[in-house]
Amino acid sequence: MSELKPQAIRAEALESLLIEQNHLTAEAVDEVIIRYNERVGPMNGARVVAKAWADPDYKACLLEDGTKAIEEFEFEGGEIDKLVVVENTATVHNVVVCTLCSCYPWGLLGLPPRWYKDPAYRSRIVREPRAVLAEFGVVLDDDVEVKVWDSSAEVRYMVLPMRPDAAAAMDERAVLELITRDAMIGVAR
Amino acid sequence: MDGVHDLGGKQGHGSIDNAVDETAFHERWEAIVFALTNVAAELGVLRNTDQFRHAIERIDPVAYLSHTYYGRWLGGLENLLVEGGILTQAQIRARIEVLGYDSTGLVAARPSTEPDVVDYDAEHHVSSRPLEDQPKFRVGDGVLTRGTPSTGHTRLPAYARGKRGEVVMWHDGWVLPDSNAHGRGENPEHLYTVAFDGGELWGDAAEPRTVVHVDLFESYLIL
Repeated sequence: MSELKPQAIRAEALESLLIEQNHLTAEAVDEVIIRYNERVGPMNGARVVAKAWADPDYKACLLEDGTKAIEEFEFEGGEIDKLVVVENTATVHNVVVCTLCSCYPWGLLGLPPRWYKDPAYRSRIVREPRAVLAEFGVVLDDDVEVKVWDSSAEVRYMVLPMRPDAAAAMDERAVLELITRDAMIGVAR
Repeated sequence: MDGVHDLGGKQGHGSIDNAVDETAFHERWEAIVFALTNVAAELGVLRNTDQFRHAIERIDPVAYLSHTYYGRWLGGLENLLVEGGILTQAQIRARIEVLGYDSTGLVAARPSTEPDVVDYDAEHHVSSRPLEDQPKFRVGDGVLTRGTPSTGHTRLPAYARGKRGEVVMWHDGWVLPDSNAHGRGENPEHLYTVAFDGGELWGDAAEPRTVVHVDLFESYLIL
C-alpha cells in the first residue's frame, strides 16, 4: 500500500465515524463520483459555445444575459446564481480566476482542474496574466488587451472563445471537440 | 480575514503544474470530502457557502498551502463538525489509529472554542436578493475601495484594497458574505463588477494593457 497523505487518512476516519453514526453511506460517496465524473463537466459549456458560434442571435443573448441564455439546457449539478459570459476577440483576451477560494462555473465546466485551485495560478494570474498565459502556450501581442475576471462573489464567468475559421465547415460533433475546458477558462486561445 | 487564502498577487508560489489533465476526483478520499458537505448541511452545522468559505480560511495555513483543494475542504468541514458537537478531534485521532494509520500527520482543522452561531437557513436557494433601494453607483462611475483590512470573512481581496477602479457592471442585491458567514444575517447589498487597471494594482511591475475585474459589495466602496 502506498503512503497515504494525512488528509486522505483523516477523510477515511471521518467517513468511518459518520457511517457508524448513520450520517453517511458509502453509496453517497460513489454517487458523487459518478455525478461529477460523468454527468457534469466541460461538455456542457462546450454545447453553449457551439450554439453561440452557430447562431448570432443566441450569441447576442448569451453575452447580454448568460444566466437566462443557458436556462434551456437545464444543466444539473452547477450552482450558478448568475452567469456572465465574456467574449474573446482579436483585440481582447479574457481569463477567469478566483483568488480567494476557487469559485468556478461548475454547471458549465464541471469541477475545476487542480491547477485552477492551486496557489500558483490564483496568486499569479491577476499580477502577471501575460506571463502565466504564455506558460499555458498563449502568447499574446502587446496590442491585445488582457481582461482578468476574479470571481469574488456569486457571479460566475465563462469565456466565449473565438470561433476558428475551420469550424464553419464542420458538423456539430466535430465543433464540440474543438472547444476545450481551458479555452472556456481563458488559458487556451 | 488576512489569511493565507487571500492569494491574489502574492509571489513565490512557483510555476503552474498543469501537466496532469484529470478526472473530477483523483482519489476516493476527495469524493468522501465532497460528500461530507452534504452531511454537514443535513446536520445543520453548515448553513451557507459564506460560512463554509470562512471555515476553510480558518484552517492551519501550512495545510492550506500543502493539502490541496479537498484537504482544505476537509479542514473546513472538520472545523464545522467539531464546533457543532458532531465529532471531537480525540475521536478522529482514535479512529485513525483503529484503522491502522499514523495519526501524527498535520491536521488542517483548527476548530474555534467560541464559534459563531449560524442558526438560520438561507431565505432562498440562490444568493441573489434584488433590492428596492437604489444603487449608490452607476456603470461608468469611478470608485475607491476600502483601504483597511477586515477581521472576519470578506470578499474584498487584499490586492484590491485602497485602489481606484471603474464600475463596469451592476448586479443588483446579493447576500453580504461578511455578515452571513458569521451568522449575523443576510444583509444584502448592491454588488458591482469593478475594473482596475494593472498599473493601479501593481505599479511599475504591471504588464501592459491588463485589467483586473473584481466583484465588490457596496460597503467595500467608499467613494
